[in-house]
Amino acid sequence: MSLYQLTAHELHDKLKAREITAVELTESVYERIEEVETQVKGYLTLTKEIALEQANAADVGFQNGDDMPPLAGIPIAIKDVICTKGVRTTCASKILSNFVPPYDATIMTKLYKQGVVMVGKTNMDEFAMGSSTENSAYQITHNPWDLDTIPGGSSGGSAAVVAADTAICSLGSDTGGSIRQPAALCGVVGMKPTYGRISRYGLIAFASSLDQIGPFTKDVTDCALVLNALCGKDEMDSTSVDVPVPDFTQSLIDDIQGMKIGVPEEYFTEGLDAEVADKVQDAIAKLESLGASIEEISLPHTDYAIATYYIIAPAEASANLARYDGVRYGYRTEEPEDLINMYKKTRSEGFGEEVKRRIMLGTFALSAGYQDAYYRKAQKARTLIKSDFDAAFEKVDVIATPTSPTPAFKIGERTADPLQMYLCDVMTTPASHAGLPGISIPCGLVKSGLPVGLQLLAAPFNEEALFRVAYTYEKNTEHHLLKPQISNVNDK
Amino acid sequence: MATITTEDVSHVANLARLEFNEEETKDFTEQLSRILDYIGKLNELETDDVHPTSHIHPLQNITKPDIVKTSLPRDQVLANAPEAEEGYFGVPRVIDTD
Repeated sequence: MSLYQLTAHELHDKLKAREITAVELTESVYERIEEVETQVKGYLTLTKEIALEQANAADVGFQNGDDMPPLAGIPIAIKDVICTKGVRTTCASKILSNFVPPYDATIMTKLYKQGVVMVGKTNMDEFAMGSSTENSAYQITHNPWDLDTIPGGSSGGSAAVVAADTAICSLGSDTGGSIRQPAALCGVVGMKPTYGRISRYGLIAFASSLDQIGPFTKDVTDCALVLNALCGKDEMDSTSVDVPVPDFTQSLIDDIQGMKIGVPEEYFTEGLDAEVADKVQDAIAKLESLGASIEEISLPHTDYAIATYYIIAPAEASANLARYDGVRYGYRTEEPEDLINMYKKTRSEGFGEEVKRRIMLGTFALSAGYQDAYYRKAQKARTLIKSDFDAAFEKVDVIATPTSPTPAFKIGERTADPLQMYLCDVMTTPASHAGLPGISIPCGLVKSGLPVGLQLLAAPFNEEALFRVAYTYEKNTEHHLLKPQISNVNDK
Repeated sequence: MATITTEDVSHVANLARLEFNEEETKDFTEQLSRILDYIGKLNELETDDVHPTSHIHPLQNITKPDIVKTSLPRDQVLANAPEAEEGYFGVPRVIDTD
């Protein structure tokens, strides 16, 4: 087995035993990138020079016998929505094509303190708006399991590079499912922690009441290790919450005896692919056989989550994206007639179609005369969706659902109809409204060979329950060990 | 809820500081109408006695002590500006001099 195929915790043991060096590991990952990146196209920027410096620094620590953190020397990829000082950060948008942040996101400072190795910045839907990564202004990312299909989105690059072994782990952001859905479609582990767990300082804002950073990893143990490194109150983000941060590796317990798992009937209706339904039902049966008690529950407002989401998220986005005006950073149009004309031309030339559509939708929903009918109404619907979950978690510890209603679809299949694309998020947006932690773990392949994800949800700040269930499932199954055979598009 | 016209789209585009040609305006009108139609299903919900949720945590106006701290150096902030002059951001002339 090559080094790039291993998990972070396996690699940490080898680094600590000095069987390998971080430089060897980093070289191995870049060799893998040489092999398959032209087909997967997961990265927008590679940072090899920085990576080798960081690997060297980690090696010095290991050689001195220092007590090195679990992520020291581990090659990690970062979604290009997270500000990295001195390294171009584009949000996959033309409007930020030349933006080099003068500061690091709080989570980057935390990761650097751990001694991680940054492999590069990953592709995404422009400003994290999309479910297929086809809205990138730069390139299409291909799903390593079938290069003709999308990797999911918006964190499609971050999911694809972990599945393709071109990074050991990665970070993404999740607003309405942008970590969980691509994790499911690429057959890796992806977690959106509770809203407020992780500082958003330096995460370029899309919808501020929903956005949250989280990890993509090859197994549940790595997920706990990366989450450990990211959490905590930050004075630079007033919405980060001051709650105790447990050591999540303590929840990696192979035992779910007596845990109650709720299965909401509303997630198993028309629109759910039959093969996906089968795989998820198998996974739920497996959890039952491992000692959990399965209870049917109802989340009656599930069906309103997409409509609610496509008011709230665009409304917040329309305000957040007002800052791109060609004055302080990013793209500016050439030869504007006057100031207002400069704003309009800069924004119209710099933003892609989906971003403009959402700015329009959000501006409309907030405009005079419509605010109560749309934005206020959606905020009230959000309360109802949240109340469903509050009631459910009185009865159960964890909720199990499919992560995505279908496996990965073909590139180009849904781009013509924005509404069809929005419906991809039907299983993930409800938990986003309620700020819940959620994890997607691999639970098998459909006949065409594409991965299916099992989504587990818990009450706010109860990530520990998710880790326990996910770890137990993983310990007693082998789905997470499957790897894609990346074949060249031209060979097909 | 309302139906949306090309005039609405042009009005909202101006509010959002975006501009579209005729064809784009027509496309956006159609697409936004369909999306708003779908969103109309929220009207099925009885929400008169429901409080709106703007945020899932009970947070209100968080302030921090008013203490002067070092901010980013001016040259680093201006390094990303499309136009900068004498320590300021440059923009097209705003005030008429005639």
